[in-house]
Order: sequence, then C-alpha cells, then structure tokens
Amino acid sequence: MQERIPVTEKEVNEDLLKPVFTTPIWWWVAVAVMATGVAAAAGAAGFMFVNGTGVEGINRPVMWEFLIVNFVFWVGISHAGIMLSAILRLTQAEWRRPATRAAEVMTIFSLGTAALHPMMHVGRAWRIYFEFPYDFGRGIFPNIRSPFVWDPSAIFTYLTSTVLFVYVAMLPDLAIARDRSTGWRHTMYYVLAMNWRGTPRQWHLQTVAGILLSSIILPIFASVHSIVSWDFGMAIAVEGWHSTVFAPYFVIGAVWSGVAGVITLLALMRWLFSAQKYIRPEHFDGLGRLLSVVGIGWFYFTMMEICFSLYSLEPSEIAFRHLQLMEWPFNMLFVLFVTTGFFIPVALFMKKSVRRNVAAMFWISIFVNIGMWLERYMIIIPGLMRKTGLPFSWGSHSPSPIELIIVTGSFFAVALGLLVFSKFFPLIPLSDAKEGEVLRAEIQVGKVRVPAIVRE
Amino acid sequence: MANASILGVFKDVDSAVAGADNLNAAGFNDFEVLSGSPYPEGAFGEKPPRHKLYVFPLIGAMCGFTVGLLLTAGTQIAYPMVTGGKPILSLPPMAIISYEGTMLGAVLFTILGVIFESRLPRPRLGLYDTRITEGYIGLFVTAPEEQIARAEKALRDGRAVDVKSTLQRARARG
Repeated sequence: MQERIPVTEKEVNEDLLKPVFTTPIWWWVAVAVMATGVAAAAGAAGFMFVNGTGVEGINRPVMWEFLIVNFVFWVGISHAGIMLSAILRLTQAEWRRPATRAAEVMTIFSLGTAALHPMMHVGRAWRIYFEFPYDFGRGIFPNIRSPFVWDPSAIFTYLTSTVLFVYVAMLPDLAIARDRSTGWRHTMYYVLAMNWRGTPRQWHLQTVAGILLSSIILPIFASVHSIVSWDFGMAIAVEGWHSTVFAPYFVIGAVWSGVAGVITLLALMRWLFSAQKYIRPEHFDGLGRLLSVVGIGWFYFTMMEICFSLYSLEPSEIAFRHLQLMEWPFNMLFVLFVTTGFFIPVALFMKKSVRRNVAAMFWISIFVNIGMWLERYMIIIPGLMRKTGLPFSWGSHSPSPIELIIVTGSFFAVALGLLVFSKFFPLIPLSDAKEGEVLRAEIQVGKVRVPAIVRE
Repeated sequence: MANASILGVFKDVDSAVAGADNLNAAGFNDFEVLSGSPYPEGAFGEKPPRHKLYVFPLIGAMCGFTVGLLLTAGTQIAYPMVTGGKPILSLPPMAIISYEGTMLGAVLFTILGVIFESRLPRPRLGLYDTRITEGYIGLFVTAPEEQIARAEKALRDGRAVDVKSTLQRARARG
C-alpha cells in the first residue's frame, strides 16, 4: 500500500534542494574526516609506489592481496546500484522513486574507487596506458586474450554509461536547481540544464530514455561482473578458481551486496537529510523483500561451488577447501561470512516488522556487506595460498598496514564522493517525486479510502 | 510581420487545460506546454510527440561493434603472437570486447539521441517563468505579432495568473 504523504511541488523543491543549498556543520565535519581518511590512503599508496609492492603483505604465491579483494567488493557494490535502478525503472515499481538516483550515484563512486585498486595493485600506476591500444611507438599492443584487458574495457563502458545515464535523468532537476539558485551555482546549473523547459516532448523522451538506457545497461551490468569473475576463473595457475558457476555466482553476489549498499545509503539519507517524507518504511520493505530472494539465490550458488569442488576430489580443490573450511583462522572467518552474509540477514528479512524498521535494515545491510567482503577474501586469499595441490607451492598471507590503510581509505573515498555530490546535486530525484504526486490518487474500497497510484 | 512569443502561466492543470482549449478555439494549434513535472500524455490535449530515438541505439551499437571488431582484430594482427599453434585471431576475447564496444556505442548514441530529440541544448531559454518548476504550468505560443493580442485574450480567459510576451519586453526596453 502507498504510504505517500501529500506534498506540493514547491515543498518537494524546498525539501529535496535543502541539502544542496544549505551546508550544516555535520557536513563539514564529515567531509574533513573522510578527506583525512582518503589522504591517509593516498599517502599509503604513494609510499607503496616509492618503495615497491613489497610493502604490501604479498608473499609468493599470494600475489593478489587486500587490494584485489577490495576491488571485487567495490565492483560488486557498484553493480547492483544501477541494476536496481534499471530493474525498478523497467518494471515501473512505484517504490523506485527515491532510490534510483542514490543507487546510480553509488555506482559511479564505488566503480571509480574500484578502478583505482588494480592500478595501485600493479605498483606502477603511471603505466596504466599499457591497457589502451595506444602505444604505437612501442609497437606492442595489449594482449586482448587476457582478462586484464577485458576488465578495463568493461569497467570503462559501465562507468561511462552510468555517468551519462545519471546526467540525462538529472536534466529536469538541474532545471529546477537553475530556477532557484543564484551566482556561480546558477551559471553551473544553467549550463548543465541546457535550457530545459519541460515540454511534453522532453518529458516523453525522458521516459523513453529511462527505459532504453535501462535495457542497455542491464546486459552491461551482467557482463562486467562476469568479466571480473573471469579474472579468477580463467587464471590458469590457480586450480581452485576453475569453477563454471563463477560468473553467475559473482553477478548474484554483486546484487546481494549492492542492494544492501543501497539500503545503507537510503537509511543514511533519511537520517542526515531529514527525508522521512520521501524515503519511507515501504521502500525498505520492498528492498528487504527483493533481497531475501536474492540472498537465497546467492547462498545456493555458494553451496554449489563448494559441493562441486568437494565432489571432484581433486587434490588442489581438497587442499583449498580444507584450508578454507577446516583450518584456523579461515574456518572462523567462514562461519562469520555465512552468518553475517546469509543466515542473519535472510532470517531477519522474513519478518515484516524488521523490514519496516529503518535502523534494523541499516545494520542488517552492514552485516550483509561484512559477509560479502569476507566472501571475496575467502575466495581470493585461501585460493592463492593453496594455488595447486602440491604442498611445496603453498604459502601464507598476512595483511600489511599499507593494505589496511588503503582498504579503509576506499570506504572514506566513496563516502566523500557521495557527500560532495550531495552538495551540488539532489540525491533524491525531484521530478520523480513530483511525478508520483501528479499520479497520486485515492480509491474507496468498502469503508476505507486507500492511497493508490494512477499508471499510464 | 515578424513573429512574437507569448507565455501564459497557470496555477493548476484544470486552468491550463482551459487555456489550451481557448488557444485551440482561437486557431493557435501549435503551442507548447511547459511543466515542472511529467503529466500523462495528452493531459493538455497535445498530440503524442513523434521521434526517432529508437534508431539511435541501433546505429550506435553497429558503430561500437565495428570499432570493437577492428580494434581487437587490428591489435592482434599488428602484433601477431602465436600461442600453442592456434590462429592469430582469437574469437572469444574479440567477442567480449566487441560486445562491450557495442553496448558503449548504443549508450553513447542513445544519450546523443535524447539530447537531439529533446531539442537541446537550446541557444536561449526564451520566455520562461521560474514558477513553472514550482507546480505552475506554462502555455507558450509563437505567432505573428498582430495575433499576439488574440492569444493573450485566450490565455487570460483561461484564468492565466500571468501573461508575458516578447512584445512587452521590447516595449519595456524602449
């Protein structure tokens, strides 16, 4: 049932542009804290560039460490952001309205942050141009048979598409901001809005563009995390990663962690921007229902991956799974991973009272992402430690402070990006909120009047 | 006689619809509705817009696929590396990168299409009222100067709260 609180267009403008045009003290404090965290991570990365990647915890054969774990984590978060937006737009889900922009913007910042990790990981970030088919003087082109060329092409496509999607969908909101701003902000919005006037033709094309772009971006979404999984699945050396379920397993894992990320963000927006009128318990309820299905699907893939690897009885698989499931500290981490990543959230999502409790949903979404970070850790690190079934090739890994600082800094970087974005652009789409008001209706059912929505 | 423009600003949908009906009755069939939120199509009696947006992603996808194919084939031929006696052109990775190119082309052309078909960017905002993004609705007419008075009457009869025209502006500037 719709729980919409009637608001006028003027109120929508005032409520949703307030975080853009006013700057409370908490925003400055938060930005200062986040910027400090990002500066620390940048310092750690700089230290690594000067002294070499040996300052990380890499220890042959564990040459992929926390930066790659974190890369997969952030790519996962980014994926579900736009996936959620696209699916909700395509299905015309009424509860999409406050969630789409936040989900799309989260995609931009988490994908941008993810893309930095492989650059840092290789230790010579300034050689990033090796990835592009550019260096004619050198006469050597990237080997397109390597998944490490597929990754940048997929991430570039996804990031470019998302940025453009956000921009086009934001045109009406930029016009609203243009009409209510002065000075340099007015000039900025004036240029970005391209003199949008709000004609029926423009509105119609917005709707068509939303459907078209969502339809195009969904296959991109599926391809990108599949390609990330192929970084592992197609690596010849690590036998424990040769799993045929990796691509769908990674994709559904991305949806699971990313939608949880959207819940975290929506809860924060509701509290920080006083958006109770726009982000309501019904939205968390909808997301919780969606997630309970996704979570069960994801757990099925997790179990299938383990079952098939154990059933084959190959020495490398047995060594990998023995380490992952039976040896300290990985056995403890595995229990933590399935508990926080599956049993607690899915069990709680079954209860309507929990799904409608914003604080509970916030903490559960954090739990999901603790579990999902551990999932990537449990695939990558133990996989490399037991690279083959031959014990002389086994190794160990312990993270260095440099890795830990960079990983922590990545969370600050995404938060900083979102905070700064919220200062220039509304995180809840105004035109979507207004459309919801235009189409709002009430129908009489028996003795009660029920809020409803008119749909074309 | 030169053309002039006139904008009627209405407080709600019903009065804007009345204004639109008056304009139609007065012979002004080619007017624009300006609103701050999307209304169901035909709410003001306007015709459904015709556009060719669906063509753009198709063209973009074809361009992107071609670029992806040329890039992958070209780089492999430019630096031929025989691996295990297999052909130089490896089709699975070519398919992956061409797929990404196809999608990127489709997105880029769709964006261009939306902007082009939305008639953006406009060189000037023209006659406009900031109340439109606050819930008011504008009816915008462009007509020969001698017909502007008739359009103004139609708009005022439709309960327009405000009417602005380029003629007024020109007079105010002296």
